[in-house]
Amino acid sequence: MTATFSRSSYELSHLGFLEAESIHVFREVAAEFERPCLLFSGGKDSIVMLRLAVKAFAPARLPFPVMHVDTGHNFPEVIEFRDRCLAEAGARLVVASVQQSIDEGRVAEETGPRASRNRLQTTTLLDAVTEHGFDSLFGGARRDEEKARAKERVYSFRDEFGQWDPKNQRPEVWSLYNGRIRRGEHIRVFPISNWTELDIWQYIQREGVEIPSVYYAHERPVFERDGMLLAESPFVERLPGEDVATRRVRYRTVGDMSCTGAVESVATTIDEVIDEVSATRITERGATRADDRVSEAAMEDRKKEGYF
Amino acid sequence: MELLRFATAGSVDDGKSTLIGRLLYDTKAIFQDQLEAVERTSVQMGNEYTNLALLTDGLRAEREQGITIDVAYRYFATPRRKFIIADTPGHIQYTRNMVTGASTADLALVLVDVRKGVVEQSRRHAFLASLLRIPHLVVCVNKMDLVDFDRDAYENVKAEFRDFAMKLNVSDLTFIPVSALHGDNIVERSLNTPWYEGTSLLHHLEEVHIASDRNLVDARFPVQYVIRPQTDEHHDYRGYAGTVVGGVFKPGDEVMVLPSGFTSTIASVEAGSAGGVGTVDEAFAPMSVTIRLTDDLDVSRGDMICRPNNQPSAGQDIDAMVCWMSEASSLAPRMKLAIKHTTRSARAMVTDLAYRLDVNTLHRDEAATSLGLNEIGRVSLRCTQPLFFDEYRRNRATGSFVLIDETTNATVAAGMILGGGA
Repeated sequence: MTATFSRSSYELSHLGFLEAESIHVFREVAAEFERPCLLFSGGKDSIVMLRLAVKAFAPARLPFPVMHVDTGHNFPEVIEFRDRCLAEAGARLVVASVQQSIDEGRVAEETGPRASRNRLQTTTLLDAVTEHGFDSLFGGARRDEEKARAKERVYSFRDEFGQWDPKNQRPEVWSLYNGRIRRGEHIRVFPISNWTELDIWQYIQREGVEIPSVYYAHERPVFERDGMLLAESPFVERLPGEDVATRRVRYRTVGDMSCTGAVESVATTIDEVIDEVSATRITERGATRADDRVSEAAMEDRKKEGYF
Repeated sequence: MELLRFATAGSVDDGKSTLIGRLLYDTKAIFQDQLEAVERTSVQMGNEYTNLALLTDGLRAEREQGITIDVAYRYFATPRRKFIIADTPGHIQYTRNMVTGASTADLALVLVDVRKGVVEQSRRHAFLASLLRIPHLVVCVNKMDLVDFDRDAYENVKAEFRDFAMKLNVSDLTFIPVSALHGDNIVERSLNTPWYEGTSLLHHLEEVHIASDRNLVDARFPVQYVIRPQTDEHHDYRGYAGTVVGGVFKPGDEVMVLPSGFTSTIASVEAGSAGGVGTVDEAFAPMSVTIRLTDDLDVSRGDMICRPNNQPSAGQDIDAMVCWMSEASSLAPRMKLAIKHTTRSARAMVTDLAYRLDVNTLHRDEAATSLGLNEIGRVSLRCTQPLFFDEYRRNRATGSFVLIDETTNATVAAGMILGGGA
C-alpha cells in the first residue's frame, strides 16, 4: 500500500482530502435518501466517481444502481469499456435511451450539420428519474469545468420539472447537507465538485484505474469545425469544406460523438497525459465541447432545464 | 501536496476581483480561452479594461448586474500547495453567502483600501471570520500604489485594524501591503516597499501552518452509515462508516458509543488508499474511514464514537450563535425547526433569543424579538433528542448545525454552539 497518509504530521495529501470529502458525500446520500442512482457515462470523471463509490461502501456492493443516459452517438470503445467496468464493480446498470425517447415521440431529433442529441438527453434523463422513482442522482460535474458549475452546490436541488434555480440555492455550510425534498423533487449530488481536471488525472494515475483507449493518443479521421477537431462518424453531417484528415489525437472529455472534440496529442501513457494537461492553456470544456459554445450562459440555461 | 481552503470577501471597489484575478493569472490558473471570453465580454459590455470579475461572476444575473451574488469556488495550485478559494460577495445583504464560504475556510483574506482605512465593511468581514473561527486572517492593505507606497499610511491602517481585532478572537493576524492592480507583494516581494519585512501574499498562503489547526486531541466520530455487506464472503462484517472530526483513532483504542454508553475496542480502521481500501494504523480528521469494533453493539447513524475519558457534551438544550439565512421568514422564540448536527437529525424549538448582534458595531440588542435575513444573534434551543456536541471554538464539526424549515425544506440558519443551555 502506498503511503497516502503521512503519519508523523497527520497531514492528508490533497488527493486524500478530496477522496475523503467525496466519500463522505456518497455515504451521506446513501444514508438519507431512499432511491439514489449514480450517473455513468464511461468518461474519466464517472470512472473516478464509480471508484469513489466502491470505496465508500466496501466491502459491501454499491447500495444503488448506475444509469447511463445513452445518446446512441457513442464511441464504441466507451460502451465496451462501460460494460466491463460495471461488471467488475458488480454494479447494476440502467440504460436510459435517447433513441427510445425519439421513437416514442417524447423529443424531436434535431436536423442539419449541427444537430446534436445533447439537449435531448434532458428529457430522457428526467423521464428515467420519474420511471424509476429516483430521489437523488450522483453526477460527476466539477466546479472548475464551467462558470455556472462554479456556483452550484454539492447538493443541487431540482424541482418537479428537474429545474435548477441558481438564485434560490440552499446555503451549504460546513459539511452539513440538506437533502429534504418533497415527492417528485430530487437532488443532483456532485461529490467531486472540488476536484480539478488535473486532480482527476492524478487520481487515475494513483489508483491505477483503467480508462477507455480514446483518452490516449491514437490515429483518427477527424475534421475541423469552430477550431475543434470532431471525429468523422455517421452521426455528424459535414459542411462543405470540412475535409477529413487522419490525425493523432486524444480526448479530454468523452461525451456524445457529435459535440465532443479531440485535441492533438502524442500522450500514450497516463504520465504523458498529465504532462500535457499540466501544460495546457485551454480549459477542458473550451477545447472540446461544442455544447458550451452556444452562448456565455449556455450551461446555466441547460441546467435550468434539468440538464446534468 | 497539502490543500488550503481560503475565503475572500469584498466588492468590486476593494479590488478583490483584481486580486483574485492576479493570483489566478500569475499561477497560470486562468486559461487562454477563459481570458479571451472575458476580454470579449468586457468589450461588449463597454468596460474600459478587462473585467476579471467576469471570471468568477458566472451567473447570468451576476453578469447583468455587475455584482457577485453567490459564492464561487476557484482552484489553483503552486508547486507547494493546492488552493480552493471561496470567493464571496462583500455587501451586507450577502452575509449568508459569506458565512457559507467561511464555514469551510482555513484562512480568510480581507481587503482594506489604504486610502479609506478600516471601514464598516472591513470590520464586518473580520468579525464574520472570527465568528466562523477561521484560524488565520490576512489583511491585504490594497491600493498602496495610490499613496506612493507610503509606510505611514500602511502603518496607520494596520494599527486601526489591530485595535478592532483586539475585540475579536483572531489567533493569527497578518498584514500585507499590496497593489493588486500592479502585482506588488502578490506573488513576489515588491521593490516599492523596502520597509516591509514580511513575505508576499502567495508565499504566505503557501507557507502558513494549517496542520495544527485541526483538533487532534478530542476523538470524535459521528457514525454516518453502517456497512453490512450481507454476502457469504463477508457474512459477519459490520463496519461503522463516517468522517473523523476530531482526535486520532487507532486499532486497540478503547472507545465509547453514545448515546448507549457502551464501551468496546477498535478492531480495525479501514480507509481508502491508493488502489483500494485497506486497513490503516490510525485515522484523523478529515479522513473518511470505517471503524470496526471487537464487540457486537447496537450502533446506528447519528451515534457518536468517542473515548470514555474524553466525551463530548450531551444534552437537549444548547446555546448558540445563529446566522438567519431566509428571506421568507424570521427567527422568533417558540419557533419549531428541524436541526441537523453532525449525522444526527432532530427537531428543535427556539426557547430564547438573548440578543441580536449588529455585525458592524458588535452592539448587542437585547430588546430584539426576531432575527431576519442575514441577522446574527444568540439563541437557546431545546431539541427533541440529545445532541453530542462540543463548543464551536473547540471543534467546528461537532460545534456546528443547520436549521431547516420543515414546511419549505429550506436551510434557514447556520448555528455555532456556545455551550449547553439551561
